[in-house]
Amino acid sequence: MSSLVALPILIPLVAAALMLVVRNLFAQRAISFAALLSSLATATAVLVDVWNTGDIAVSRLGGWPGSFAITLVSDGLSSVLVVVALVVTATVLLFAVGQQTPDEHSPYYHPVYMALVAGISQAFLAGDLFNLFVAFEVLLMASYVLLTLEGNREQIRSGTTYVVLNIIESVVLVMAVGLIFAATGTVSFAELPERIAALPDGVRMGLHLLLLIAFGIKAAVFPLFSWLPDSYPTAPSSASAVFAGLLTKVGVYCLIRVQTLLFPGELSNLVMVVGVSTMAIGVLGAISQHDMKRILSFHIISQIGYMVFGLGIGGAVAIAATIFYLIHHIPVKTSLFLVEGIIERNTGSSSLDDVSGLARKSPLLAVLFLIPAMSLAGFPPLSGFLAKFALVRGGLSAEQYIGVGVAIVVSLLTLVSMVKIWVGAFWGEVAPSSLNNSGGVLRQHRSMASATAILVGFTLVIAVAAGPLYEFATRASDQLLDIERYISAVRSAS
Amino acid sequence: MSIWAFALIAVLFAVGSYLLMERSLTRVALGVGVIGNGVNVLIIASGSDAGEAPIIGREGVLADPLPQALVLTAIVIGFALLTFLMTLAWRNWTITGNDEVEDDVEDRMITRRAEQTEKLGDVPHPEDVQT
Amino acid sequence: MIKSKILEELIDRWLTKVGTLVAIFITFRGHNAPGGGFAGGLILGAVFVLQYLAGQQPTIRRKPILNPERLLGFGLLLALVTTAAPLFVGGAPLESYIWSITLPQIGKVKIVSSTFFDFGVFFVVVAVVLLVLTFLGTRGGAISHEPTDGVG
Repeated sequence: MSSLVALPILIPLVAAALMLVVRNLFAQRAISFAALLSSLATATAVLVDVWNTGDIAVSRLGGWPGSFAITLVSDGLSSVLVVVALVVTATVLLFAVGQQTPDEHSPYYHPVYMALVAGISQAFLAGDLFNLFVAFEVLLMASYVLLTLEGNREQIRSGTTYVVLNIIESVVLVMAVGLIFAATGTVSFAELPERIAALPDGVRMGLHLLLLIAFGIKAAVFPLFSWLPDSYPTAPSSASAVFAGLLTKVGVYCLIRVQTLLFPGELSNLVMVVGVSTMAIGVLGAISQHDMKRILSFHIISQIGYMVFGLGIGGAVAIAATIFYLIHHIPVKTSLFLVEGIIERNTGSSSLDDVSGLARKSPLLAVLFLIPAMSLAGFPPLSGFLAKFALVRGGLSAEQYIGVGVAIVVSLLTLVSMVKIWVGAFWGEVAPSSLNNSGGVLRQHRSMASATAILVGFTLVIAVAAGPLYEFATRASDQLLDIERYISAVRSAS
Repeated sequence: MSIWAFALIAVLFAVGSYLLMERSLTRVALGVGVIGNGVNVLIIASGSDAGEAPIIGREGVLADPLPQALVLTAIVIGFALLTFLMTLAWRNWTITGNDEVEDDVEDRMITRRAEQTEKLGDVPHPEDVQT
Repeated sequence: MIKSKILEELIDRWLTKVGTLVAIFITFRGHNAPGGGFAGGLILGAVFVLQYLAGQQPTIRRKPILNPERLLGFGLLLALVTTAAPLFVGGAPLESYIWSITLPQIGKVKIVSSTFFDFGVFFVVVAVVLLVLTFLGTRGGAISHEPTDGVG
């Protein structure tokens, strides 16, 4: 099994290289889909194995012994996230192909997209801090290119902010990695917990804060989020869907690793306060906005707050809830951005001023929006309700009543802003400014609509399969909290 | 490790941070380069003691090769980032004729809307004004 | 750019050739001694920068089959295939194998599979330098989409 772990990184990279040589658009599309589906197959095989045996799959690059090798580690959390990421990227690719935009026709779109996928997989699988940093750079570099591929004025403006802020994040991260290496003499996740525990308190806290700031910028938590609502809305819809669904979640994943593996349970009050304020600030920002993409972008921040809150509570129950939240949130958020992409494609605008009456024009599109929107707001019996319910239960059992109260209020406010989109875009008369009033919105954009439908279907599957999935999340969280097991799995791997 | 290395790191960080605050993209790119070098010196200075180059066949105390590998990777990544930033600056220059970062229009519109609401009281909500 | 004829001659006739040889040498010695694909690629890249500064087109562009983007893809492919190849014979990714063969006249030659990885890196670095020179070093023609809104 361990030989398969590296393939979700290698296959997309090989595909990216191949597509720099083969520049025919149709060949590129075929290669992209083949690469994503075969990576998905291998990642699923690893997931099934991890699920059945409860083991941790470890791959050593180069076959070197001991702590010399670059290790890729696929435990419960990593394997499930890789699978979710590949499902989401494959459906978004289908959407992008159907979108017929100039950037997808560029010979660089597909290679860069594959590099993004490889970076995301690598970040989830990395078994040491430096490898994680490299993965971040790969996915960030790809995201810079995707964000600015059309090269128009608006993209360059927001792209600049995004690039500079992420460079600062990279500087903080590489500094943290360097200092951690200086203090402990290793960067391997398997060696670090013991050596970090042996450090003096002050040094430990400083290193911890550096890592929290670096990953906090990436995850867009409360004081460090301002780049996100500025840059995501200007990206092409398919790119912003992947960014919204996956990139910030990579940051959350890293925060989970930091809080459970490297610095277990330290500074958890700080993390919790950050999580609660992220929830509140994000949703307040969403309510004040007037553009669909911006509202959805602020929602990302607010939802990140829930996950960070769960992480701050700590303990098996809350972390299992956080993992479940993470799994549910990636497809839900992506499908909302995809629906917005269809609307923008059909009407030429994402502002609530210009769009209205979509429910009459295309009832099916309304349904595709309503399911993930209600899921995001936490309506039973959708997956969002289960995720929030688990989180609230975790919070109550840890007696964090203030945080739980804020979480419930924020959930109501989320509903308010979703209703704002609903009233603005779906109700009312069909707007005269719409480019195309002939009806049959979905029939015109068949592959975009089917991509969105697949993803919405995926969120429904998560809701239906919530029982076994939550059980798996519980096991994954037990695995996370059992540091000894991680260490011995990496050390004993051949 | 000598105090001079740390003085150098401090100077590089200060200069780099100052340049990053500039509005001109070319200076931001220079700032990224300088601050990147600061980080590289930091890793080398704190990561390993001085010693012979870690090559098979050398005698004596060898330096730890790992921080050097980290720095080499960081240099390559920095090279790519710098190239990308220069491309962005060049593109910005072809569009606007300068290489300065512009304001966010949508953000200013929201601020203006908020000011308007404040001035006019709570009766005409901007959404109602526009429809 | 450089106006002097002597410098141009010097670069074209001597530095280009010597630089290329040094780059190849450095790339090959990289297995057990300092050097390797990255350093070699940078040296060849520096040669192209010199040509560019002397006001010439870097020579590799004259051959359309070796345009920098294809070269980039080819180098990356070579490196990645070397990375993935051990998986097919039951090894770990990036594992390296050593064969030693005896050639007539030359004698015993050691071939290390990771050399191909170095070649890949070499091509990638050279291609990146060429791309930077062609895209940023010339005016226009770099990005296929023209600006959608007015040039201010």
